[in-house]
Amino acid sequence: MAELKVEQVSKSFDGVPVLENISLQLHEKELVALLGVSGGGKTTLFNVISGLLLPDEGKVFLDGEEITGKPGKVSYMLQKDLLLPYRTIEDNVALPLLIKGEKKKAAREKIQPFFQEFGLEGTQKQYPAQLSGGMRQRAALLRTYMFSQKIALLDEPFSALDTLTKSAMHKWYLKVMEQIHLSTIFITHDIDEAILLADRIYLLTGKPGKITEEILITEPKPRREDFNLTENFLEYKRQIMEKIGEVQETGR
Amino acid sequence: MRKKFQNITSKLWAAAALGLILILWQAVSMAGLVPNYMLPSPVEVLQAFVSEFPLLMENSRVTLTEAALGLLCGVLVGFVMAVLMDRFDRLYKAFYPLIVVTQTVPTVAIAPLLVLWFGYEMLPKVILIVIVTFFPVTVGLLDGFKSADKDMLNLMRSMGASEFQIFRCIKLPGSMGQFFASLRISASYSVVGAVISEWLGGFNGLGVYMTRVKKAFAFDKMFAVIFLISVISLLLMKLVDLLQKKCMPWENKK
Repeated sequence: MAELKVEQVSKSFDGVPVLENISLQLHEKELVALLGVSGGGKTTLFNVISGLLLPDEGKVFLDGEEITGKPGKVSYMLQKDLLLPYRTIEDNVALPLLIKGEKKKAAREKIQPFFQEFGLEGTQKQYPAQLSGGMRQRAALLRTYMFSQKIALLDEPFSALDTLTKSAMHKWYLKVMEQIHLSTIFITHDIDEAILLADRIYLLTGKPGKITEEILITEPKPRREDFNLTENFLEYKRQIMEKIGEVQETGR
Repeated sequence: MRKKFQNITSKLWAAAALGLILILWQAVSMAGLVPNYMLPSPVEVLQAFVSEFPLLMENSRVTLTEAALGLLCGVLVGFVMAVLMDRFDRLYKAFYPLIVVTQTVPTVAIAPLLVLWFGYEMLPKVILIVIVTFFPVTVGLLDGFKSADKDMLNLMRSMGASEFQIFRCIKLPGSMGQFFASLRISASYSVVGAVISEWLGGFNGLGVYMTRVKKAFAFDKMFAVIFLISVISLLLMKLVDLLQKKCMPWENKK
């Protein structure tokens, strides 16, 4: 059964439709990519799912319970890492727990075991400005994970990193995902990234944004290191590029 | 190490310039270019400072007490106003223009009124200092609150944070930089405000001392007290810097 379900969501701003009839679902422990061009309404969709924004039409369900317009149900990581510069990494990561009303000391203790798991050992007492971009992103992911161990929405989690760091982060991310039970939807405009990480890809194209295709990546996990150099990978890529091309040719 | 060295040399330049001016001043006085009763030489000013030291300290104590009390109340008032105006937009629209108007009224003009209403004691002075010091704090903090990152606010809301939690975790710490910048201005205003209000009525304090020596045409003492006031303002600003370093440890680790 799907954990998270989005049913026929539409949204427009000032009469300009941004999302049209979007339906999607996320199963347990699944990693789903939402692939599309920038400005195609992906972030709007996330704002709807996270409850920050009310859709004009449609509903969002979590485990069968409607959560449309109710924030605080799923974790949401925005494009920037948004670590607070005046808090140590430890206190940044503990933030979601503090918001939920836990005591500072208890929250700090609770998060400690995860630092190792996320490869952040030793950064607890440091400030965000002292960390590299990759490490900051890890910390932001850990903070997201601390909010809900169930469902996470990641808005272009790796797009701000340089290519080399990005590829290292991909490997790290897949490894971490092996250990934790988290169902994730992530936004990306990078086809390679989507194929590399996702179990399933939704293609969001056009204006207003519509889901035009759903692609299953059947490559088993853990995936081999050089998956992105295999014929299989290229086949997926070719397929996706064709779909995007079709949409653009038919003029939306 | 190198940075420290550069720091020292940059300070050396300022010290050299100051030294040069003092030497020139002394030379002008000794050559008799300006009558001595109008412009005393630096050495005479120093002598006046030493001989008047106990009196200066006693008066400084009074002025500093007023300044500290006024600054404290001013900062509190400024803080509360900023918080309320940030929280309730209508308050902002209603009172912000009024607050700006309070700053266009010259201090020298309202000080005598305050003396009339509240007497010659501490109270009118503290009120005057509050009026001049709350403004920078209110404006600085409001600016800081309003410039909070929109995405950060969204993230907090997505986690179901309350308005108070958003204020405590995001807005307040995020505007510390602006707060201390304003506090530095307010601190120097507080000393000047105290002196001005003492000019216009009071029994003791550096301002009263100043009017007294002015009437006695004791310009060497006049200069001594002017320098003392500058030094006090500088020390207060330095104190604010130290406080800022203490309160914002993340700034030192960049």
